[in-house]
Amino acid sequence: MAHSIQDHLKGSIIAGLLAMVLAVPFIGLYTVSTDQGLVVEQRWPWVFWSGLIVSVGSFLMGLARDLLAARRAAKPKLAASAKPSRDDALTAKLSKGFAIGITLFAITLPFMPFSDRYIMDVGTTVLIYVLLGMGLNVTVGLAGLLDLGFVAFYAIGAYSFAILSTTLGWGFWVCLPLSGLIAALFGALLSMPILRLRGDYLAIVTLGFGEITRIVILNWQSFTGGPAGISGIPRPSLFGLSFDRRPPEGLTSFHEVTGIAFATEHRLMFLYLIALTLVLAAAWVIKRLRALPIGRAWEALREDEIACRSLGINPVASKVSAYAVGGMLGGFAGCFFAARQGFVSPESFGFIESALILAIVVLGGMGSQIGVVIAALFIVLLPEVGREFADFRMIVFGIAMIAIMVWRPGGLLSQRVPTIRLSSQKGAGA
Amino acid sequence: MDASALGTFLQYLINGLALGAIYGLIAIGYTMVYGIIRMINFAHGEIYMIGAFVAVTTFSILAAAGVTSVPLALLLVLVMAIAFTAAYGWTVERVAYRPLRGAPKLAPLISAIGMSILLQNYVMQTQGARPKPLAPVMNGGVTLWQGDGFAVNVSYIQLFIILLTVALMVGFTQLINRTALGRAQRACEQDRTMAGLLGINVDRTISLTFVMGAALAAVAGVLVTMYYGVIDFYIGFLAGMKAFTAAVLGGIGSLPGAMLGGLLIGLIEAFFTGYVSGAYKDVASFSVLILVLVFRPTGLLGRPDIEKV
Repeated sequence: MAHSIQDHLKGSIIAGLLAMVLAVPFIGLYTVSTDQGLVVEQRWPWVFWSGLIVSVGSFLMGLARDLLAARRAAKPKLAASAKPSRDDALTAKLSKGFAIGITLFAITLPFMPFSDRYIMDVGTTVLIYVLLGMGLNVTVGLAGLLDLGFVAFYAIGAYSFAILSTTLGWGFWVCLPLSGLIAALFGALLSMPILRLRGDYLAIVTLGFGEITRIVILNWQSFTGGPAGISGIPRPSLFGLSFDRRPPEGLTSFHEVTGIAFATEHRLMFLYLIALTLVLAAAWVIKRLRALPIGRAWEALREDEIACRSLGINPVASKVSAYAVGGMLGGFAGCFFAARQGFVSPESFGFIESALILAIVVLGGMGSQIGVVIAALFIVLLPEVGREFADFRMIVFGIAMIAIMVWRPGGLLSQRVPTIRLSSQKGAGA
Repeated sequence: MDASALGTFLQYLINGLALGAIYGLIAIGYTMVYGIIRMINFAHGEIYMIGAFVAVTTFSILAAAGVTSVPLALLLVLVMAIAFTAAYGWTVERVAYRPLRGAPKLAPLISAIGMSILLQNYVMQTQGARPKPLAPVMNGGVTLWQGDGFAVNVSYIQLFIILLTVALMVGFTQLINRTALGRAQRACEQDRTMAGLLGINVDRTISLTFVMGAALAAVAGVLVTMYYGVIDFYIGFLAGMKAFTAAVLGGIGSLPGAMLGGLLIGLIEAFFTGYVSGAYKDVASFSVLILVLVFRPTGLLGRPDIEKV
């Protein structure tokens, strides 16, 4: 369905004109607060430029789309039945190779000559998001239960460690399993009222759960420190060895024992390696869980709840465990986050975090672990790379999210390969 | 209950109704879009925010031009806000959602979240991050009831909010029930493929649904600007979330449900802030929502979901 150049020109001119109209109240006019109230200022050239950019952009995109369609049509058609299976096998092989490659890369990264504090720091952030993504992937990707409030588990994990360590003086390694356990309990608790709800109702209830958690943390001054948060959270130690220059009382420091000169980089490397260990352990556990009856039950539940029930799968147990396991991983991530920052405050746990974690799962391709890794890299690195654009990076980020979804609605790597695909929605758009 | 307690109660009731009317107007946008394409339009809160910003800019232009007649100013502001916001609503659907028709269910949701981030930062960059204070447009009010030491007041702006919302609701119900467009919308809601076969332009109907939802959100934006007198680029998130709660509480997909849900959320907020604590008012709204959903999984006025095998 190639369009003529005239069609493209016409469409892009309309798009440009529309963009100019839309730009008038925001780009063309803006208000400034002065002593005399709001004063309207103007910048009309920008309206023209934005119209031109949109117009040229849509023209080029239209041409590119035609070109791609033409190339696809020109390719000799493979036998329809053979093609998908070959593609799937190829994808599986590729993603397996990629998984091994990226794991090796992640393990060797801290010891590379080029790795510095900045790379270690960003790498650790990526790993936290991978862990969060894996957790949410259990709930959303495997069990098919939408969760817009996943950040609540992250917050619960972080505050569990923060409160336990500052009030009882417990260390990171004791609190790590505890944080996971507490978050898992909350996950099970959350799943109780929503067992009967489906799809979109889940969205608002889980979103509400996330918000309730944030509001309670924000307002329960005596317990959580309110908006000021909790500081002075101890850092993790390696078998009792601290990575601080002057270790806290009762601990010896890593550089004294090993005789290696003190460097802050060591602590960052250590944190990175903890995060990596957590991620690898989580990946392995989820891989194993998928092969167990409970994992099979999750995936069956995602595909068809009614069929599940009639086959004797207990939907209650499956749902509760999916939320609990997902929440537990979120709790681990939160505990690690608190230990890494040494400080927690409610600001880190807004809805936008939930949205980003969900975006990681969906962009990666629901259910795919490697997809989570790729998407987490993308979500963390894009704003980092875009620092030169400074103010515009979030705009670019939003556009990129839309563009990826439009380009690949199933996510970058979609592992869910149904045996039959019914094109039920196709006729509707005509 | 003595007179002053009753007076306080009535005052909270009036405040809650005005607030709830605004939530209801936004909630209709969520519910209509959900009804027709089964999708949560996460960017709808931002659409409302855009309406509020167009209102502020237009008010400022009119003030600079020396327009002093309040009805004329209001009319112009409403027209401008509705026109531009509707254009934004149409574009959002065309760019971010239409290409995803028939895609897996979560794809449009992520696209909507992306759109929400985009619009928020777009407005922040172009209009500045600081709050925009607006000089009061409508002053004064009527005292409904004067007792010793207390008074129940309805400001003109509250009265305007409630009356305009009622008028819009009546008009809107007529539009959905009586016109060809409303019939087309209801048909698409029931079965899009069949509606298409019967000669309804489905794409156009969906576009118009977004336009109408955006227009109502624009009205809500204008009203909020006048009511609170200050807006910023972030108001869309909170209002959107509450309106979404309202839509689900009332039963998503149902127009009277959205209005009822909006009013309930407004009232819960007003009473909870008045009698218990302002800090936890959102916790109260969400708790009520969860409780309602436990007993009525499809909301107050929602039709029960029949599962088809």
